[in-house]
Amino acid sequence: MAINRDLLGRVYRSPEPYEVTRGKIREFADAIQDPNPVYRDTAEAKAAGYADVIAPPTFPIIMGMEAAGQAVTDPELRLDFSMVVHGDQRFRYSRPLQAGDVVTTVTTISDIKVLGGNELITLESEISTLAGEHVVTSVNMLVVRGGAAQGEK
Amino acid sequence: MTTTVRYDDVEVGTELPEQTYPVRRLDLIRYAGASGDFNVIHWNERVAKSVGLPGVIAHGMLTMAEAGRLVTDWVGDPGAIVEYGVRFSAPVVVPDDDQGAEIVVSGKVTEKRGDNQVVIAITARSGGVKVLARSTAVVRLA
Repeated sequence: MAINRDLLGRVYRSPEPYEVTRGKIREFADAIQDPNPVYRDTAEAKAAGYADVIAPPTFPIIMGMEAAGQAVTDPELRLDFSMVVHGDQRFRYSRPLQAGDVVTTVTTISDIKVLGGNELITLESEISTLAGEHVVTSVNMLVVRGGAAQGEK
Repeated sequence: MTTTVRYDDVEVGTELPEQTYPVRRLDLIRYAGASGDFNVIHWNERVAKSVGLPGVIAHGMLTMAEAGRLVTDWVGDPGAIVEYGVRFSAPVVVPDDDQGAEIVVSGKVTEKRGDNQVVIAITARSGGVKVLARSTAVVRLA
C-alpha cells in the first residue's frame, strides 16, 4: 500500500518537552561504549568549556525516534510499519545537547518518493530549547520495503 | 573546548586511524534500553529470520555511534561536529556467541572548507561488508 502523498509537509509537535539529564547521557554513553569524560564528568566538561556534561552526537536520535514514531503511526499516512527500515540518518548541529537542556521537537514530513519497488519517506525534526534556541536537526529517511509495489509510481 | 587537531595541520587525504569496535548481543540489549529502540529484529533471532534477515542485526544507530566515535576521538571535542550523516547500506549481523560481530571504521579528510571546517568521509565494514555508505562528518577544527 502506498504512502498517502497528501501528508507531505505535515508537521508534528512533541506532545511534551524532553529533559536531558546527566544520568541518561551516561547511560547512552555506556551503551555505545564511549568512555569520553565529557559525557560523564561535570568537572571535565566544565574544563572543556561546557556548562555541564554534553551528549554524544547520536544522542538526539532519542528525540528523533519519538518524532518518527508520531509520524509513522499517523493512520492517515497509511504506512506499514512492519516493512520499515532505517535508510539514512543525518544530524545538523548548532551545539551539542547538554545536561539541563529542556527541548521540544517539531517534525515535518519533508519528502516522499519511490525508488525501485520501495517508498522513501524523509522526516526532518528540529530540536530546540523551550527558549527557542536551535540545538540540532535530525533528518531521518525511512525505507518502506515493497511500499510502491501496489502503489502509483 | 578546543580541538586537538589543528586545521592547518590537516590536508585532504589525511587519514583517521582505523578502529575496531566489537558488538555482542548484550551490547544490543543495552543499546535498546538506552535509546528506547526495542525493535524485535535487534534481539529476537526467530522474528529477525521470519522477516528475511540472516539473524539478529545491530541497530543502525549503534553503528553510527561507533563510527562517530572515530571522529570525536580524533578531533578531541565532540562539540566540534557540525554535521554528521550516514546511509545504512547493509545490516551488521550479530551472532549468538561470545565474540559477536566487529565493526571496522576508518576515515579520511576529503575536503577543507572555510571557517576551519573539514569534511571527513567515513567507511564502516563488518564481516567484510560495507555497512555504512556515503557517510560524512563535517567538523570545525582549531
